[in-house]
Formats: sequence, C-alpha cells, structure tokens
Amino acid sequence: MSKFPSDLKYTKDHEWAKLEGDLVRVGITSYAVEQLGDVTLVDLPKVGAKLAVHGQFGAIESVKAVSELFAPIAGEVVEINGALDANPELVNEGPHDKGWMIVLKPTGDLSELMDAAAYEALLDGLDH
Amino acid sequence: MTDPASKQTPIHAEHLALGAKMVPYAGWTMPVQYAGLVPEHKAVRSAAGLFDVSHMGEMFIEGTQAAQAIDALVTGDIPAMPVGKALYTVCCNERGTILDDLIVYRLGEERFLVVMNASNREKIAGHFAERVKPFGVTFEDASDRYALLALQGPKAVEIIAAAGADPVIPALTSFALTEAKVAGVNVIAARTGYTAEDGFELFCANEDAVTLWRALMKAGEAFGLLPAGLGARDTLRLEGRLSLYGNEIDETTNPLEAGLGWVVKLDKPGDFLGKDALKAIREAGLTRKIVGLQMTGRGIARHGYPLVLADAEPGSTPIGIVTSGSPAPSLDKNIGLGYLPAALSAIGTKVGVEIRGKVIEAEVVKTPFYKRVR
Repeated sequence: MSKFPSDLKYTKDHEWAKLEGDLVRVGITSYAVEQLGDVTLVDLPKVGAKLAVHGQFGAIESVKAVSELFAPIAGEVVEINGALDANPELVNEGPHDKGWMIVLKPTGDLSELMDAAAYEALLDGLDH
Repeated sequence: MTDPASKQTPIHAEHLALGAKMVPYAGWTMPVQYAGLVPEHKAVRSAAGLFDVSHMGEMFIEGTQAAQAIDALVTGDIPAMPVGKALYTVCCNERGTILDDLIVYRLGEERFLVVMNASNREKIAGHFAERVKPFGVTFEDASDRYALLALQGPKAVEIIAAAGADPVIPALTSFALTEAKVAGVNVIAARTGYTAEDGFELFCANEDAVTLWRALMKAGEAFGLLPAGLGARDTLRLEGRLSLYGNEIDETTNPLEAGLGWVVKLDKPGDFLGKDALKAIREAGLTRKIVGLQMTGRGIARHGYPLVLADAEPGSTPIGIVTSGSPAPSLDKNIGLGYLPAALSAIGTKVGVEIRGKVIEAEVVKTPFYKRVR
C-alpha cells in the first residue's frame, strides 16, 4: 500500500498538489517532514501573491533546519493555512491533509506533476 | 552513504542499531539524533542523555614542568590548579585570537589531560607538541585511542551509581575528576559537561567503549535515559550560553569580546601566548561583544544571519551577525547569540535580524538563557 495518497500529485522538491475543482491545494510530503523533524515555524506568503512554477513561496523550519518551499505550479495564492501560525506541529501530524499550506488559483499547467507511484520511485532512488 | 574516508567511533555499531541518523562532522560519522532532537534535549533536562563524543581530541602532557608548559599556551592559571580538578580555558595565538577552547584536567602534580575540539585536533595537537618541547615534558596525542562518553542530566548521578561506578565517581564535586572504574571499565571520570546540566564526562580506552556505553544505557533505562546526538548537544549548550568553536569563537575573535573574559587571567604569574595582545585589547576597550538574543518578532535567527538596527530596511549595512541561533526546546522561545557593537550591547537593546529578505525584531537579553535548578 502506498504511503502517499493517490489523490495527490507530487514534485521532486517533495511538495504535493491536490486538484480541487479549479483550485490547487499545496503542502509538503511526509518524507520532507521526516527529514525536518518537529516543525517550529512555517513562513507563508500573503494572499494575492503571484508565484512562478518552482518559485520559492516560503520556508519551513524545524529546530535544526530551514527548508525552502517551492510552488509546484504557477498561480495566485487565494488562501493560506492560518492555523499553522500557532500550531506548526499540524504539519508533522497531518502533512498530506491538515498540514496544508496554501491554495493556488493555477495559471500554469499541471503536467509536470507526478503521481504517487512515480514519487515513491523517486524516493527509492534517493535513500542510499 | 558513509564517506569511506570518514572516521567512526568505537560506538558506531550501537548507534546504527539504535536507529541513529548519522552525519559527517569534523571528519567523523556521528549520530545527530535517535528519537529526535526535541525528545533528546528534553530528556537531558528532565532525566538524562548519553552522548558519544569520542571524536573529541585528548592530549596527555607529563613531567615536572607540565603545568608550566600548558600555562604558557592558555589564558588560565594552570600551576594554580589543584590535583583532581578541571579547568575550562582558551588557547590563543599571538594576536590574542582563539585557536581553541579546551578543558584541562589535572590528573596529578605532573600529569595533565587536555581535551580539544574534534575540528581543531590536528591544529592544537601540532601547536602543543611543538611548544611544550622546551619544557622537557612528554607529549602524547592520545585522541585515536580514547573514547569519550558524556552522561548528562539530573539523573546522571543515580544512573552512574546503578551502572556500577566506584563510589568515588558519584561523589565527585563539580569540575572534579578521578581515575576509577565504571562497570569494570577503567575511566577518567569528570563532573563536567557541555549541556548546562549535572553530569559526567567519561574517558576510556577505545576497546572498552562499547562495554561502558551498554552498561550506562542499561542502568539508565529505569531512569528515562535516552541516547542523545549532536543535534540536542547544540541546542542544550546554546540554552546554557556555552560557546561553540566556529560559531562564537574562532581565529578572528578574542576571548574578551566573546564573553570569555572570566577565563583570561592576565595577572597570573606565568607569561602566555597572546598575553600582550589581550592586555592591549583590554586597555583599548572592546569594539564588539557577544550578546544573548531573543526573537520578539516572528522568526528564528540562525548562524550567519545579519544583525541590523531595529528599524532598518532589509539590505541595510549589517551592524553585527548571528553566531548561533535556533528555537530553544526548553524555553518555548527562539534564541541566539551574536556579535553587536559594544555601544549597542546593553540588555534590552532592540535589534533586527535579517531573515530571508525581512527584518524581524529581536532583543538583547541576559544569558544564560537556561540555568539548572541546583
């Protein structure tokens, strides 16, 4: 059984994207979270920010590390997960659901995104 | 994948068996965490943690002039050390800047152990080997045959006793040391550490290291002992305002500006390398100082981030730099250390930390950030 939900799409930077009608919800994968450890701070853009594909939209920090967040697709930020401000641990608790970070109105195409099986194959290639 | 050129401590296989995440550090493959940085950090503060710090370097200096030989190379007063005591000190060059911070252990009238940072092992061993020659002492860089375990936390005394330590070990007072046994293993045991908690540093021969590690882990189980890695070691020492070579101190910093004036004994009888430079610096006054920082705005200061005036725009000329910084797991705050101009170093001064193109406010605070209840 895949540990990465099949209804999400993935990037090589360990972000996930969920198509919801004509909007896309974005977060980071459990693999990325595992590398980070306990999340202490999530730095998100403002609503209305326009992102280029692979552009940095924020950062996520643990005690030891800072990781940049990259937009899986181009688009405009229409919603951010305000709950992460007071409760960054939501990312550890539910990286593929309640730990979501932003919702984008896409302006670019989604074709570069990979499915769960392809993402797992990518990870298998990394863990050596 | 481990770099084949990287050194492993004698405890390496134990770390792998415990599921440690291993990282390269100073030419060694070391455990950065096991259960996780935060649980390990918290365990050290509430129960105990066991650290493998065998990568650190050990030098033995022996002879009638051993005290004098070391005294000439460090800022502390070595001949004044009682036998059976340890001293934290720094070794400077002729400019008064820091080659390493060290702990000197007086094993006897004429017998000393000097412990150096893993990152400075070759530099310091070479420096000492050369400079002690005129004193006719014997010098040994014993780093490759000694292991070092640090048992740190409020339960350390109970754990070491339960592990079968000779009673003289749990009876050690702060900064005292002895040569005795734990679980049948010969150790140099010192009541010292790098975590701002009670605890012991235990030096043993490489071939005994696994026996000692396992004995302490077993005895510690009932007390909540966790194996702890370099990640927790760094957050623990930061909360206690202990310096890290390469961050707060290096060959561009002098001990006076680094807040280590208390280890510099300019009035000690012996001359030492860097004395004249440090005297001149003291007379001239400091231009910058290490301060403790607490984030008041939302952000985390980290090593290398610029410090700017509190109301400065991003991209302004920095007034200082963050030398260490992270969230403090025991304090629920984001803390740091950094250099600021002496005139802007008073407690309560507000400054800005430049974080990813934004200036976030921080305040100069008193240190240490954490002090253990005694």
